[in-house]
Amino acid sequence: MTKHSAKKPSVATYADHEVINPPNPLRKALSTVKSMDPNDDPVARAEQALVQLSGEFSAWMEAECKRLDQARCAVKSKGFSKATREALFHAAHDIKGQAATFGYPWVAGSADSLCRLIEHTPDMNRIPVSLVDQHVDAVRAIVRESARPEVLGIADELTKRLREVTEEFLTHENRDRPDYLEGILAPPLAPSDQSF
Amino acid sequence: MIRIDFNKLRFLVIDDNAHMRRILRTLLHGFGARDVYEAEDGAAGLEAFTHYMPDIVLTDWAMPIFDGLELAQMIRQPGANANPYVPIIMLTGHSEKKRVMEARDAGITEFMAKPISAKALYQRILNVVANPRPFIKTKTYFGPDRRRNVNPNYVGPERRKGGKADVIRQTALIDKARVAG
Repeated sequence: MTKHSAKKPSVATYADHEVINPPNPLRKALSTVKSMDPNDDPVARAEQALVQLSGEFSAWMEAECKRLDQARCAVKSKGFSKATREALFHAAHDIKGQAATFGYPWVAGSADSLCRLIEHTPDMNRIPVSLVDQHVDAVRAIVRESARPEVLGIADELTKRLREVTEEFLTHENRDRPDYLEGILAPPLAPSDQSF
Repeated sequence: MIRIDFNKLRFLVIDDNAHMRRILRTLLHGFGARDVYEAEDGAAGLEAFTHYMPDIVLTDWAMPIFDGLELAQMIRQPGANANPYVPIIMLTGHSEKKRVMEARDAGITEFMAKPISAKALYQRILNVVANPRPFIKTKTYFGPDRRRNVNPNYVGPERRKGGKADVIRQTALIDKARVAG
């Protein structure tokens, strides 16, 4: 083991790796207080700032749905190519990630199912356009009808059925890749409140 | 208790989605940050990283030109830029195990699956500020120590060569602060 300069990152050298302890310049932003002022809670301030922004969320969600629809139309008119596939995937992926923040958590499941369909079908030309249509229409319908009290139940049913059909299709398409199939059928590792 | 003065930190937010950039900027300003820079793809992000020298990078995964993973690999090049040790927080809709491992192996410091919340983002930032991990350099990896814990029940070969001294016990600064508080 070899120690290097203390001013620069300290480095411990082992047989096949080095362990480096860089200086922590972010320490400048740390301080210790005896107790936190309840009126100065940064998380509460940020949440409040988000509430103030939330008036824009429905328009943003509409814009994301429009983008998804345009991506679907491009697939239908031009077929699946690297560009059209990516545009459709990114549009669905953004909705999956943002729906809950925008106040539409029940949309995320259908968008996620579409992401899985696009991502895990080995030959993109075998992705059934009708199944893409059903996903996109489901996402748009759930957003459109989100003010209705029964939307949660409808969204659940739609998402469940879309997932079933998608998983069945993916299982068939990946039948010769058991390891891959096992990987994509595994539950997510990282819920939003967990890090690795 | 530990407190972060956000106005002493510079943030770079890289996301191709303008709505998500706005949300992140709003949250960071809500925390008290003043210096929040934005970029809309990996290439612009790398340029902004070089130009603004942020203290913390928040990046999306799926982006045009090059993605968040490629961006992280470019930043984690010892000698290639001013700060290869910068904390990188990845915010992404991906949550599959394979993806999380890929992000870890690219040198991402913290991983956050969307949907994001103010609390979860704050915790990630607190972690990188108060509890930085050592960096590991091997032939194939340069980035934060991927071993967060020492597992006494681990059964298998020791992949790092170097004997007992190779086990890096990390007492978190944040834990020390909690005890002190």
